[in-house]
Amino acid sequence: MAIKTVRLWLWGAVVALALTAGVGALLLRQSPPGATPFGTGTYSLIDQNGKAVDQTLFVGHPSALFFGFTHCPEVCPTTMAEMAGWFEALGDEGKDLRAYFVSIDPERDTPEMLGDYVSWVSDRITGVTGTPQEIAKIAESWGVYYQRVPLDDGGYTMDHTALVFLLDDKGAFQGTISYGEDQETAVGKLRNLLAKS
Amino acid sequence: MIRTLHAAVAAILLLVTPAFAHDGTTHVGELNITQPFTRATLPNAPVGGGFLTIANTGAEADRLIDASSAVAGDVQIHEMAMEGDVMKMRELADGLEIPAGATVALAPGGFHIMFMGLNQAFVEGEAVPVTLVFEKAGSVELALPVLGNAAKSAEQGAMEMGHGTAAPAAATK
Repeated sequence: MAIKTVRLWLWGAVVALALTAGVGALLLRQSPPGATPFGTGTYSLIDQNGKAVDQTLFVGHPSALFFGFTHCPEVCPTTMAEMAGWFEALGDEGKDLRAYFVSIDPERDTPEMLGDYVSWVSDRITGVTGTPQEIAKIAESWGVYYQRVPLDDGGYTMDHTALVFLLDDKGAFQGTISYGEDQETAVGKLRNLLAKS
Repeated sequence: MIRTLHAAVAAILLLVTPAFAHDGTTHVGELNITQPFTRATLPNAPVGGGFLTIANTGAEADRLIDASSAVAGDVQIHEMAMEGDVMKMRELADGLEIPAGATVALAPGGFHIMFMGLNQAFVEGEAVPVTLVFEKAGSVELALPVLGNAAKSAEQGAMEMGHGTAAPAAATK
């Protein structure tokens, strides 16, 4: 009787260990080290010309990526003006660099509006919008926070992450430029990015 | 009765107190308003921000409670704040207090007058009219000079204009 009990316990232990090992192996296989690097995601969006674009938009050239909205009083116009300054400072050196303005207010920002809005920055910046669901996907992949804030008149404004993300020619995350960072530092970061790409 | 009449006349006079502007300072009641400016808007941008500095030389606190403009459907008083890398905007429903003896700056990155539903673009070199209403000092009309679209202060705008250099936007397009 006692031996039977011990044997039962031992078999129980064997089953438990086997289960643990099996689940562990499965988990390891599903998530090899560094499986989903920052900025990785799948989404279907529309550019300012109405063309369908997805995550491959950022492959083949270094990119500067900003999330904003046209009803934005300060951060977005300022960042666009600074971006214009970066392109100007880089001149020919920055000819491979592409910039993207992704709307986090897709219900108000149409492709045409975005196109006009970014047009004066450079001919190398593209406005991107899409359905709220797809915008949520790209925002999530870049850890971008955005939130509607209601206003008195029934309208709303948006709180949002104000970083510019820097991507190499494979679309991989390389760094950020903060809001209000001085031009020299920002251009230095872009030069590094161009050298790496 | 006579006293009531006097009070009424005084009240009306106060309401229509004209603003006296000299040396770039607009005076209304005990308030001195300086360094007004706004920024050129981007194509299609439906909003714009207005900036100025208000000094209260009086012994009592006052409050900026309302604003309006012919160029905007609605004008509100807002506060912007960066929390880490996130930009947050808040409407100041109770207005903005100008404490006695204090100077409050409405400047990029903080408090601002928010023009919404613009019926025209803000063009660099032009000026945007705005009427500010204070709880005690009454209302005052101002013209905000339109500077470059990344101007950080009224002085910077004056400097840039002095050097004859345009804002990046104007230079690239």
